[in-house]
Amino acid sequence: MKQRSLFDIISPIMTGPSSSHTAGAVRLGLMARKIYREKPQKVILKLYNSFAQTGKGHGTDKGLMAGLLGYNVDSNKIKNIFNDAALKDIEYRFENEQNIERHPNAVDFLLYGKINMRISGNSIGAGNIEITKIEDFTTKISGELNTLILFYKDKPGMISRVSTLIQKENINIASLDCDRDAKGKTASMCICLDSEISDSIIKKIEEIEDVYFVRNLKRLED
Amino acid sequence: MEYSFTTFESLLEICNKENKRIYEIMQEKEAFDFDKTVEEVRNKTEKSLKAMKEAIKNGLKSKEKSISGLCGDDCYKLLGRYKKTGSTFGKIFEKITTYALATMEENLRMNRIVACPTAGSCGIVPAVIIALSEKYKSDKEEEINALITAGAIGYIISAKVAMAGAIAGCQAECGVASAMSAAAAVQIMGGDEKQKINAAALALKNILGLSCDPVSGLVEIPCVKRNVFMAIHAITASELSMADIESKIPPDEIVDAMMQTGQLMSPLLKETSQGGLATTKTGILINKNLSNN
Ligand code: SF4
Repeated sequence: MKQRSLFDIISPIMTGPSSSHTAGAVRLGLMARKIYREKPQKVILKLYNSFAQTGKGHGTDKGLMAGLLGYNVDSNKIKNIFNDAALKDIEYRFENEQNIERHPNAVDFLLYGKINMRISGNSIGAGNIEITKIEDFTTKISGELNTLILFYKDKPGMISRVSTLIQKENINIASLDCDRDAKGKTASMCICLDSEISDSIIKKIEEIEDVYFVRNLKRLED
Repeated sequence: MEYSFTTFESLLEICNKENKRIYEIMQEKEAFDFDKTVEEVRNKTEKSLKAMKEAIKNGLKSKEKSISGLCGDDCYKLLGRYKKTGSTFGKIFEKITTYALATMEENLRMNRIVACPTAGSCGIVPAVIIALSEKYKSDKEEEINALITAGAIGYIISAKVAMAGAIAGCQAECGVASAMSAAAAVQIMGGDEKQKINAAALALKNILGLSCDPVSGLVEIPCVKRNVFMAIHAITASELSMADIESKIPPDEIVDAMMQTGQLMSPLLKETSQGGLATTKTGILINKNLSNN
């Protein structure tokens, strides 16, 4: 279990009005941007359940977009994000959905550009988030630890190759989760780390044969 | 130092044994747990304190409406009354009430605040600490002491009950903020550790059962005004405690009662906007008007 902190109680410094519907939304946007890595040309944001119902009054739409543009939870840009210069060349639209199978505060980012990607996440309270899916792979990204994401051709020995490389740097693995696509051809690894991994190791992981996609996601700032 | 406490009783025991204040124990624990220095913990607290003061300052000058248009000019109205006639209850009452409103209204304008413990209850702790610190001419260090004291109270309660209206109703948001503020007030007034915890206990005990039924699902009705009431509630508790009026039910048992009350509370009254104020005739009407916009 996570160590509890004084600053779980006094924090975050954020723009209002809601830690789950505003600050959480910004953090989801920030994480989606880190995963997508560049500025998308087109964005469709699907808001579910409470995000869809009360999102507008809480500025959830603004928060998600501000995060996607790289602004943090305490930025004074969030309020007027739809007039922000950084949004000028992005085509975007919001869709509201009801789906009881999804979390009350769930969102899908459909991002289009050089590559297209679908990223799903939830705002789980007090500004905390989880990215639950990238494309069809289940992920467990909270933004509280540095996280390494990998997609690769499913074959034996992959986990040990990757973890050996990580251990060489003496980095402790906090958790490791794997998933497989329906056909069993592509697999994903989601590794939470206690410290930051160096670029040279990331490069070596990227060079492993049959690894398609690697993201080294640094933890979100407070 | 490596301290471990999840109850008020154990915290008080440590304070007595070490002959230290609550804030000292809390800041040393935080530093130990997260590999930081006490100075770093205090600096981080000071950053929050600055953001709180900034929100009050900005909020006192504004009457801009919230995104929904429902709230935003209450602080302006209250200041108007105080300017004309002053408050019946004196300067400190004026400050606490307007500071709480100013902060919550800044929150609704999507301006910067500090969630303490949540965004919906962000007006209470700053109002009490800043207003009292101005009255007692406390320095920056004492303000930090008070805020860490408040944090320690929230820290202990949240070991048992998550700080969210969806889990335990508004008890867990504005109620906890009020308990935190009561202890902080006693810190500034110069009370001892037992009086701080007792003040928190008295505040908490007298809001048990407080539900979370926001109209249209927004942190506005009843939340904005509730922050003012809960700030005043906190200083009532601090006054009683400074007179050594003790809660007959021990503090940790009150937290247990709060947890149980939260569990017994219908989900309709826990942030779902499906009961209470949210489903009054007017609550429904407001919701309808907002969704049509
Ligand atoms: S009524 Fe509910 S939403 Fe409003 S402050 Fe209390 S807990 Fe938060």
